[in-house]
Amino acid sequence: MTYALEAVGLGKRYHRTRALDGCSFRIEPGRVAALIGANGAGKSTLLHLAAGLLRPTEGTVTVLGRRPRDQAADPVVARVGFVAQDAPLYPHLTVAEHLRLGRRLNRRWDQATAEHRVQELAIPLDRRAGRLSGGQRTQVALTLALGKRPELILLDEPLASIDPLARRQFLRELMQATAAGGVTVMLSSHLVTDLERVCDHLVLLNAGRVQVAGDIEDLLDSHRLLVGPAAAGGLVLPGVTVVHRSVHARQTSLWVRGRPGPLPPAWQESALSLEELVLAYLAEPRAAIPTAGPLEAAS
Amino acid sequence: MIEFHLHSRSGVAYYVQIAEQVRHAIRAGLLRPGDQLPTVREVVASVAVNPNTVLRAYRDLDREGLLTMRSGSGTFVAAPAAAAEEGALYAQLAGELRRWIATARRRGADERTLAALFDQVLHETTREVAT
Repeated sequence: MTYALEAVGLGKRYHRTRALDGCSFRIEPGRVAALIGANGAGKSTLLHLAAGLLRPTEGTVTVLGRRPRDQAADPVVARVGFVAQDAPLYPHLTVAEHLRLGRRLNRRWDQATAEHRVQELAIPLDRRAGRLSGGQRTQVALTLALGKRPELILLDEPLASIDPLARRQFLRELMQATAAGGVTVMLSSHLVTDLERVCDHLVLLNAGRVQVAGDIEDLLDSHRLLVGPAAAGGLVLPGVTVVHRSVHARQTSLWVRGRPGPLPPAWQESALSLEELVLAYLAEPRAAIPTAGPLEAAS
Repeated sequence: MIEFHLHSRSGVAYYVQIAEQVRHAIRAGLLRPGDQLPTVREVVASVAVNPNTVLRAYRDLDREGLLTMRSGSGTFVAAPAAAAEEGALYAQLAGELRRWIATARRRGADERTLAALFDQVLHETTREVAT
């Protein structure tokens, strides 16, 4: 299978700072992947590597079956849409001029759909980008990225600077593009709640390392919160890994991976939300999910 | 046509919420046999949810016989048999539950206790079925 995005032992160093270290994960085509991590966790670096704007220091990143920088063989970069943080546009150019630029720079450019999107969003074509609202700017940047008819679209914190209404509208637009088929999405955020309903895959970055990567349904299915008495010395949970534990006066809470069998009567078991799962891992930087199946060595 | 409402804090998976809302619409007669459901594209355009989530809900209901997915033409409420059966079963279960709640109320249990008890027992039995 050709993955839309695959990282193997991927690392990036800036001088002596390690921004990414030994990152490995795979995203199947058609997925909407959430790249979650605190500010400074390495999300932007990872997206820039995937977009071919940076070169890895170690390991490899493969995009649509190719290394992003091997442009001579196949311009894979032309098949990737990338929207950098804060949706940078040319402030003095109008929306129409941005679309014209998109048409000139991209062979597979879809002018009709791009114009239609902008009109549907009631964004004036003759408005200069510098005078657009944050939400409109993000929408125009997304339009430019989608206009390339990309097979992979990378969005760096697209929701950070827009209000909740614009956020919802942006995600609706993005999901419509996904439903039309043929596109894989990875979008980063430091907030989980925004991404919960649109993403089906998670890559959790913590201090430059991949802590969790996988299908979100599977992850939620395989994790539980157990709450019981503090004197839990005798509690034996075969086949279960404790990710995070917190003890309050008389109560113990355990965030566990694996399905516990029958619990002692004083214990209660419940499902986790994606946010709770992420927070449990972030609280324990050394806890990580072993990657499912061995990753092939970089060739 | 129905509109879906998804709640992020409910702890119920989104595909389960969608499937439940379709079932409810069928029971309540808002959707009738032969009615077409919104396409995946229409759903994601209105509620901003992952398309695979909608597909999964529709597929589950198709497997249950409540919906029929016809490739190319869309998803429809299935012929009456399955839907009517679902309606009858629902009415019967609701009746039993109503009697149970009335009994519990008479004996002094409040709403929260009932909800917690229901969740707990449901959870326990789900686990028994799974193991």
